[in-house]
Amino acid sequence: MLNSLYEFFKPHLLPLLFAAVIVAVLPLLAGYVVLLERKVMADMQARLGPMRVGPHGLLQPIADALKLLLKEDIIPENADKWIFWLAPLLSVTAAMLAMAAIPFGPFFQIANLNVGLLFILGVGSMGIFGIVLGGWASNSHYSLLGALRSSAQLVSYETAAGMAVVSGVLLGGTLNTRGLVEAQARGHVWFVFLAPVGFFLYLVASIAETNRAPFDMPEAESELVAGYMTEYSGFRWALYFLAEYTNMIVVASIATTLFLGGWLRPFSSWHKADFLDYVPMLLMLLVAGYSLYRAPKQPISVQKMFMVAVAGLCLLLAVILGLPQFAPAGSMFVAMKPGVHGAFWFLLKVGTYLYLFLWLRFTFPRYRFDQLMKLGWHLLIPVSIVNVFSLGIALYLHRSAAEGGYGWGMWSSIAVTTVFTLLIAAWLLRKSEQPPATPAVDSF
Amino acid sequence: MADIYSPDSSNDLSNVETTVLGADEIIINMGPQHPSTHGVLRVKLKLDGEKIVDSECIIGYLHRGVEKIAEHRTYQQFAPYVDRMDYVAAVSNGLGYCETVEKLMAVEAPPRARVIRTILTELQRIASHLVWLGTHALDIGALTPIFYCFREREEILKIFEKYCGARLTTHAFRIGGLQYEAYDELEKDTERFCKDFKHKVDEYETLLTDNRIWLGRTKGIGVISGEDAIAMGATGPVVRASGVQWDIRKAAPYAAYDQYEFDIPTGKNGDTFDRYMVRMEEMRQSARICLQAIENIPTGPIMARIGKVLKPPPGEVYHAIEAPKGELGYYIVSDGTTQPYRVRIRPPSFVNLQAFDKMVRGHLVADVVAIIGTLDIVLGEVDR
Amino acid sequence: MLFDKIAFYFFGGLAVISAILVVTRRNAVHSAIFLVTALLATAGIFLQLHAEFLFIVQVILYVGGIMVLFVFVIMLVNLDVAIRQIQFNRMWLVALLLTVALGAQVYMVFHYAHTGMKEPLFTLPARPASALEPNTERIGLALFSDYMLPFEIASILLLVAMIGAVVMAKRKV
Repeated sequence: MLNSLYEFFKPHLLPLLFAAVIVAVLPLLAGYVVLLERKVMADMQARLGPMRVGPHGLLQPIADALKLLLKEDIIPENADKWIFWLAPLLSVTAAMLAMAAIPFGPFFQIANLNVGLLFILGVGSMGIFGIVLGGWASNSHYSLLGALRSSAQLVSYETAAGMAVVSGVLLGGTLNTRGLVEAQARGHVWFVFLAPVGFFLYLVASIAETNRAPFDMPEAESELVAGYMTEYSGFRWALYFLAEYTNMIVVASIATTLFLGGWLRPFSSWHKADFLDYVPMLLMLLVAGYSLYRAPKQPISVQKMFMVAVAGLCLLLAVILGLPQFAPAGSMFVAMKPGVHGAFWFLLKVGTYLYLFLWLRFTFPRYRFDQLMKLGWHLLIPVSIVNVFSLGIALYLHRSAAEGGYGWGMWSSIAVTTVFTLLIAAWLLRKSEQPPATPAVDSF
Repeated sequence: MADIYSPDSSNDLSNVETTVLGADEIIINMGPQHPSTHGVLRVKLKLDGEKIVDSECIIGYLHRGVEKIAEHRTYQQFAPYVDRMDYVAAVSNGLGYCETVEKLMAVEAPPRARVIRTILTELQRIASHLVWLGTHALDIGALTPIFYCFREREEILKIFEKYCGARLTTHAFRIGGLQYEAYDELEKDTERFCKDFKHKVDEYETLLTDNRIWLGRTKGIGVISGEDAIAMGATGPVVRASGVQWDIRKAAPYAAYDQYEFDIPTGKNGDTFDRYMVRMEEMRQSARICLQAIENIPTGPIMARIGKVLKPPPGEVYHAIEAPKGELGYYIVSDGTTQPYRVRIRPPSFVNLQAFDKMVRGHLVADVVAIIGTLDIVLGEVDR
Repeated sequence: MLFDKIAFYFFGGLAVISAILVVTRRNAVHSAIFLVTALLATAGIFLQLHAEFLFIVQVILYVGGIMVLFVFVIMLVNLDVAIRQIQFNRMWLVALLLTVALGAQVYMVFHYAHTGMKEPLFTLPARPASALEPNTERIGLALFSDYMLPFEIASILLLVAMIGAVVMAKRKV
């Protein structure tokens, strides 16, 4: 009896383990992405950021989480209790569920769905419910308007994001996330070089999808309409926040999988560049060395120990990353290599994409809501449709029958169609262009 | 919606004489506590959907009765009070007041005092415009320029602190001249700051001026024509951006402005972007004035001979200066005693705020913050 | 096999219960949420039948698109009136009769499918579902070859609906 139960569950044990790891690690990861954002924001603003809690503020997310957990739980008076409770839960569930189909490495994936990419997009669109219901359940006119605005923005940019994803899927030939990375491996080229317009469209659309600046008018509109999150305090708000940052990670993962080669090392099939395999280990050693260097400079002994612990962790990671390089061939460690190194490269690319998000937030002012909608409907959707259309024509004309054939014909037709798409985009931009910033000042 | 003098009668809508609220029209209240209204300003907006059809500014939340207080203080005792009006540009307020009383007493500050006053006032203009730029950009969503602006402002405040001991409410000038001699490194500090400053302004411009989003949020927003601006009595960058060439430093020079060469930027369209460009250029010109001034500070006394007890002859005088926000005027009536009979202060922000209604009509709610920011108002000055 | 059965009864039961709750709730937003649950359960049934594309498209379009718009409209309309209305129709006897009639018909269809008739009404596929080809590609090929005309007609219908909605909603500026 027990044996048959075990047999029944056996294929699901590893995914369950991965799921447990992701659900356990994700809130911590999202918290540290928040800390990273604050540090990067401070760096760009010529200041330091959180420094007090833990060395260099490294324990700040934990302090914030504790504080939010211990806060008083306030529910507005006439609010619908069940929906008030449900809304943040929906957002977080949708965001975390999307992590199920993301390939962190060749073997580290919870569910290798045949429609993996579409699954992630679909589950992401369920997160919109969390926003709309949250705004409604707050029983505040302004929260409702803010929620409706936010979800209108999300729905508008979903089309553009979907079309941009389609252009990547055209190149990959499958919706299976693992298959997409393998297609990039077979073709020896990341899809970002084949479909750069699609990548940039996805970049812009994903910023709008996650309500980040410069598209964060519904959130940051403290001018008049407070966002849907106003009435949420304490841990409920933390759940919304967690959902937002998890969405950012999900969106970065989609872009990485589809356009940036997933878990592949740069130049993954060029064996002359095999020295790049030493990069992960060296990077971890560098971080460990820096932590050890800063450890004696910390004022309090607890902080010193913390830095030493961080250094120890990085050393451990360096060992894990470096072992496959030095172990004898055929041993267990070499078999581990694609998985471990793959996860490293994946996370590095996701981190780069997230850094781009952060960078854009602190550089640009905000779009006004009608300008935001105009950009989505009048620019992004037409260009994404034209992009799919022209990429389809290019592929139809020159895709060789053999798998992975990216010959000169293919490259030239893709180049031509990319130029065509960019011309359309430029034409659309010229129609809506602001008059050039002539030097507006005379002097007397 | 024209009643601007009663702070709390607006809850009762019976005195709204305009059209009855249509089906889509709602009235929205912004403030007085609001992150983006730069002080305790209350704005009531009548909206048709998203568009603003009418607006009303309700002020008075910071009224401290400064002009009444003036009637019970001596002329020197009143001087620290004027700093608290436009608290972002305290030195200019002090300059205006001291020059007005000097005019009343028919006394002139010595040349050295006038030059040092010019230097400090121009540094204060830069500091005030830096606050404006940082907060205006922050309201529109650019999160970084404010930190860069305040970093530069820190240098100026350090200069003020070295000079007179205070950073914000400086009380730097005295009636008849200056109290404190310029400290030893004033020229060096000012030169170091001003030489570097043009590059800093260029740095702010790279973040904002050519940015599509910034242009989209500021071009065509809050347009006011030159005639309307003059009719409202607006002054300062507000009127200069609409094409009117009016600056008191050129039209009726005071302090040492007639000795220096500088340009006054004007705009063409009278929108938010033009006001932004005008103020950016003004910052550069202020640095230019400072650099010219420190080359040649005349030696001599810093205080005119007027004795400790000031009893101006009976009479009245109006004197105006070009404060960073516009024309700051003082109208003082003296009855021959040591305390003025009446001090009336013409604050630039108060008069510029009248243009708010005209500027905001037809725009969307999200533009209201941009327009309040571009008018560059300080409620301490509006309410006194 | 066992897993299939458990999944089916779970999703099926969830769908039925959600559907009942949709029509019995007073609060329209609660009804909408239970409709979402019912649609998700239907999507689950699709997944259990190994129709993965249909599953995810059901989620994206029905739940993520149509239900979001339903919820928009519900929230923008005044709900107080609806809550206070009596929820049950006076014609409940007619409704009961109709339900009995429909149920009897469905029962007869299933009954005769197993017995009596020469050909069963529903033919089960020759292969178990897990051996089917990838769902998405097959649907795509079918849509663009055998069912091209209905596909195009459906797209034009949607285009017309979209244009009509925009024209009706556009205000005379």
